[in-house]
Amino acid sequence: MGIIKIKDLVFEYIRRDEEGNVEGITKAVDDVNLDIKQGDFVAILGHNGSGKSTLAKHMNAILYPSEGTVWVDGKDTMDEENVWDIRQTAGMVFQNPDNQIIGQVVEEDVGFGPENMGVPTREIWERVEESLKAVGMYEFRKYSPNKLSGGQKQRVSIAGVIAMHPKCIILDEPTAMLDPQGRREVIRAVRALNDVEKITVILITHYMEEVIYADKVYVMDKGSVTIQGTPKEVFSRVDELKQLRLDVPQVTLLAHELRKEGFPIPEGILTKEEFRDAILKCKELILNRV
Amino acid sequence: MLRDITLGQYYQTDSVIHRLDPRVKLATTIIYIISLFIFDGIAGYVVAATFLAIIIKLSHVPFKFMVKGMKAIVFLLMITVIFNMFLTPGEPLITVWKLTITREGIKTAVAMAVRLIFLVIGSSVMTLTTTPNHLTDGMEKMMSPLKKIKLPVHEIAMMMSIALRFIPILLEETDKIMKAQIARGADFESGNLIKKAKSMVPLLVPLFISAFRRANDLAMAMEARCYRGGEHRTKMKPLHYERRDYIAYLVVVCYLIIGVIAGKVVGMV
Repeated sequence: MGIIKIKDLVFEYIRRDEEGNVEGITKAVDDVNLDIKQGDFVAILGHNGSGKSTLAKHMNAILYPSEGTVWVDGKDTMDEENVWDIRQTAGMVFQNPDNQIIGQVVEEDVGFGPENMGVPTREIWERVEESLKAVGMYEFRKYSPNKLSGGQKQRVSIAGVIAMHPKCIILDEPTAMLDPQGRREVIRAVRALNDVEKITVILITHYMEEVIYADKVYVMDKGSVTIQGTPKEVFSRVDELKQLRLDVPQVTLLAHELRKEGFPIPEGILTKEEFRDAILKCKELILNRV
Repeated sequence: MLRDITLGQYYQTDSVIHRLDPRVKLATTIIYIISLFIFDGIAGYVVAATFLAIIIKLSHVPFKFMVKGMKAIVFLLMITVIFNMFLTPGEPLITVWKLTITREGIKTAVAMAVRLIFLVIGSSVMTLTTTPNHLTDGMEKMMSPLKKIKLPVHEIAMMMSIALRFIPILLEETDKIMKAQIARGADFESGNLIKKAKSMVPLLVPLFISAFRRANDLAMAMEARCYRGGEHRTKMKPLHYERRDYIAYLVVVCYLIIGVIAGKVVGMV
């Protein structure tokens, strides 16, 4: 069993009218099965309302399944005794950087998690230092969060989670409110965590460019997982993704269109480098034929 | 621009007073305020003034910052002085129409004015030399015995520090909503008081909605980071007394004794 295992998960919202009568039941998550290996970089894709955030909140015991089971590091999230262990094992970073920073100074915010866990004072300082260094925000430790940019604030939030020494981090659209510069900073920090610290990363996003480095990609639509596989496999299915109202990276789309026109280019090109190599190969083929 | 505003009125510099434990400063301020009302006669005020002057000198905060705090109480000060002057019974000095100024009246008026001024300057020394963070920490620790009577001390302190963190954010948001509403033709400027108050509705409603949304998000983020109230919680920056703090307490006690004795001795003479 992996670090996070989800079996037959269903989550229902009950819709009520103004008098409080039940109008209907919406299944935000509908029969999802996942098994995430320790150390993986997993991306969950989907447009708004596809249930991806709801799914994420189950991995941190913020929401509880209506049906099915979620295990985090072998512990069932339904068991109340496990809640704090689970939240420590699987840290969570949210979308809005302003609404998740509690401290008035960067270092105090990073220390908030360890304080809650009852870590001794001296160790809190060590953890704060190492996690701020891991996201490259150590020089800003004395700053007020209000004076940081969005990307910097989000990196502080990530440091706040790392300071709790989790085995796994769930990032719920961490870049949705950031500018391109901030988005790059955050993604770079997240990738470094995965590569260097070997922390399992679950990145929830609707930006395609962010998922090309993932080990595994899940695409969600209407509460269930519709496509899964490596980024290459997933992005080979351009037409299906388009039907789900998801954009593919521009290079992938260009390669796909060229292929449709008969150019001998393979499916699932993700980076500019791959595309360049493919085009060069094309050129050689054409020259050889002439 | 709004993000730069400093809360409270903390003056950033390095001094003995800045480094003191916030609990010492809180306790000293309270003792000082009480002392202003128990000290009698000119001698007492001289002692209080000297004590305050020494502390201001030690704090390295320019005196004009303390005077800033006075503006807020000018009105209160005037009312106190006028009422005390005219309404204290005693030996009449000047009578204008039905109002009489008495010798005792002038005495109490001056005493009250001096007390109020010292009180305001004394407490602004505390807020100028202590960050809001430290102040909440100090209050939490000082009030912790009240936990025994089920007072949610930790929760109150947490609320205060969260409020402090969100004031600049909400101010900025107010500014944004205001501009958005002005762009839609809202008028916040003209009209009488009632009209102006009414025009605040399209500002306050979105502001409240957003504040509740933020509160909800923040609560979730705090829970996700294992927050479960004050129990089992350790501190990243725990407060503990240093030698200078004990010395400070000693100084305060000496001040009280000197003040009381000075009042008595001068009174006897």
